[in-house]
Amino acid sequence: MNSTAKVDALVSGSKSKTGEVAIMIKDMNKWFGSFHALRDINLKVYAGERIVICGPSGSGKSTLIRCINRLEVHQKGTIVVEGTELTSDLKNIDKIRSEVGMCFQHFNLFPHLTTLENCMLAPVWVRRVPKKEARDTAMHFLEKVKIPEQAMKYPGQLSGGQQQRVAIARSLCMRPRIMLFDEPTSALDPEMIKEVLDTMIELAEDGMTMLCVTHEMGFARKVADRVIFMDEGQIVEQNEPEEFFSNPKSDRTQLFLSQILGH
Amino acid sequence: MSETSFVRKEILTSQAPPLSEIGIVGWMRENLFSNWFNTLLTILSTVSVYLVLAESIPWIFQSSWTATSLNECRENIAREYGEGVHGACWAVIRERYLQMLFGFYPSELYWRPILAFVLMLAALSPILFPSLPRTLLLFSAIYPFAGYWLLWGGSIWGPTSIVAGVAVGFFGMQFVRYRVAMIGVLALSIYFFFRLSGYLQIALPLGIEPIESAKMGGFLLSVTIGTTGIVLSLPIGIILALGRTSNLLIVKAICVGFIEFIRGVPLITLLFVASTLLNLFMPPGTNFDLILRVVIMVTMFASAYMAEVIRGGLAALPRGQYEAADALGLDYWKSIRLIIMPQALKISIPGIVSTFIGLFKDTTLVSIIGLLDPLGLTTSIRADSDWNGIVWELYGFVAMVFFIFCFAMSRYSMYLERKLETGNH
Repeated sequence: MNSTAKVDALVSGSKSKTGEVAIMIKDMNKWFGSFHALRDINLKVYAGERIVICGPSGSGKSTLIRCINRLEVHQKGTIVVEGTELTSDLKNIDKIRSEVGMCFQHFNLFPHLTTLENCMLAPVWVRRVPKKEARDTAMHFLEKVKIPEQAMKYPGQLSGGQQQRVAIARSLCMRPRIMLFDEPTSALDPEMIKEVLDTMIELAEDGMTMLCVTHEMGFARKVADRVIFMDEGQIVEQNEPEEFFSNPKSDRTQLFLSQILGH
Repeated sequence: MSETSFVRKEILTSQAPPLSEIGIVGWMRENLFSNWFNTLLTILSTVSVYLVLAESIPWIFQSSWTATSLNECRENIAREYGEGVHGACWAVIRERYLQMLFGFYPSELYWRPILAFVLMLAALSPILFPSLPRTLLLFSAIYPFAGYWLLWGGSIWGPTSIVAGVAVGFFGMQFVRYRVAMIGVLALSIYFFFRLSGYLQIALPLGIEPIESAKMGGFLLSVTIGTTGIVLSLPIGIILALGRTSNLLIVKAICVGFIEFIRGVPLITLLFVASTLLNLFMPPGTNFDLILRVVIMVTMFASAYMAEVIRGGLAALPRGQYEAADALGLDYWKSIRLIIMPQALKISIPGIVSTFIGLFKDTTLVSIIGLLDPLGLTTSIRADSDWNGIVWELYGFVAMVFFIFCFAMSRYSMYLERKLETGNH
């Protein structure tokens, strides 16, 4: 496992760093019943950093990012997000959740609301933004993800790629400081993956702090500051993408890369 | 040329289906005569429908509407349509329909239940049809008090003071911060106005003639019990369903216990408890209205079923909906109100309406504890020596009126399902 010093060295070499720590995870452990899902996770994410997390299925990568906004509860260690520690205090949890946006594999749009209403809901009910302002913000971000014309449609009438872009816009409407992506392209048809990745690349270029669980290695190569490889609930290797792909250190990483890139 | 290589030169345009597949002929081929077995079934069904109609239509139309007894009816039919013709004696409905509708409500005051019924439809419409202006909901909120006052009569100050108490209480709630204090303010205000109503009645006696519950009967009774039960069982059912799916151990235990107990006991048992046992638990001297007791029991009964229907809807929602609501920072009650319930209720519409229809029809069980609902009245009419021996006409009439109400509910639920359809997902 990498020491924090090694990570700091790694980050200082990357393009975007203000030195501000966005997420700090220390000795975090998580169990599902008696199954040890995450083991001694140490991770420091700096503001503006883009991190791609990959690894075989069941390796704990989704669980890790779901712990960051407490969709999953960790049992040991500490997680500090934007200076607030995640405890069972509901006020803290809701505060962090409104600062951290999340996109899911299956989009999870609200099917009974239109695209626009999906985007307006959280700003109006959580941030208490006036409706008019929330509508303007929603339209702004729908334009940003290039589907303002779908604003009045229901999610069920959109294609998968469009739905995922709406989900991204919905998260952005809360003006989050951190975005978590949980396999955002895994449920999409091949033709639609590109439009979602383009949106995510654009977001990365704007300087958003991003953690992506994804198997899109092209995306990782292009935008990631750091690639993290996980297996059996542990961080096995992390490195700059160039180094990670061309010169993986551990056997497990080499095997994984040869399997996903080999066909 | 290779068999595996192929390039399409032009894209095919879509064409109309063959004539034998569309129109009335196509429909009949597909739905009535698709193979020999279905053809046989079609013929058998047609024959049986014909036999039923051939018997019942003459019975319905070769009938007598003007008579004062069953014997007179029979004479009329024999005179008009010939000896041996079996015809309906609708005269009994003509003579007794007011009693079937209102029970023993004083006839000079029939305008009160009629007005209450019309206002009830007006109060329900903004709830049933969201396109109507939202301000009408204010009327819907006041209606329960107005409806109660119209039916039972008495001092106007009782119901108005409760409305005033609630209104002032809600106004006062704006000035306190904590939830407990809010409930306190509301309760205090209602209590104050309730006490005030007694003095107001002495100072300024205003009111209409009070009618006791024993005089109410017929469809007036069914609709009163049914509507109150329906309107109350939905919110109580929602709360029970949320309680049952909650992580809070004690809340969950109470809800599970309530639901399982009520569902495990026949409604008739609960009605007997309402009519006989419940008074034993009350302080001596309290006169707790029988209709009110029945309404409480019917509501509890329907709520337990409603809770399970709604729990089914909650279980059918993908976990992702809860997670997305959580991830956006919505707290529990907001996510329930904005995300979970609208979808869970939509999924449960068929089950909810079934429970409503079941509840409405179960109101006829109150005849067992001596309330004169339509079926109870039927028995008393048949006991009358003039109409002794009449069966089909009375039960047919009761069935028809129930059918109208239940069919309306069923159609409304289908309308609502279509309206809430937002594309497949």
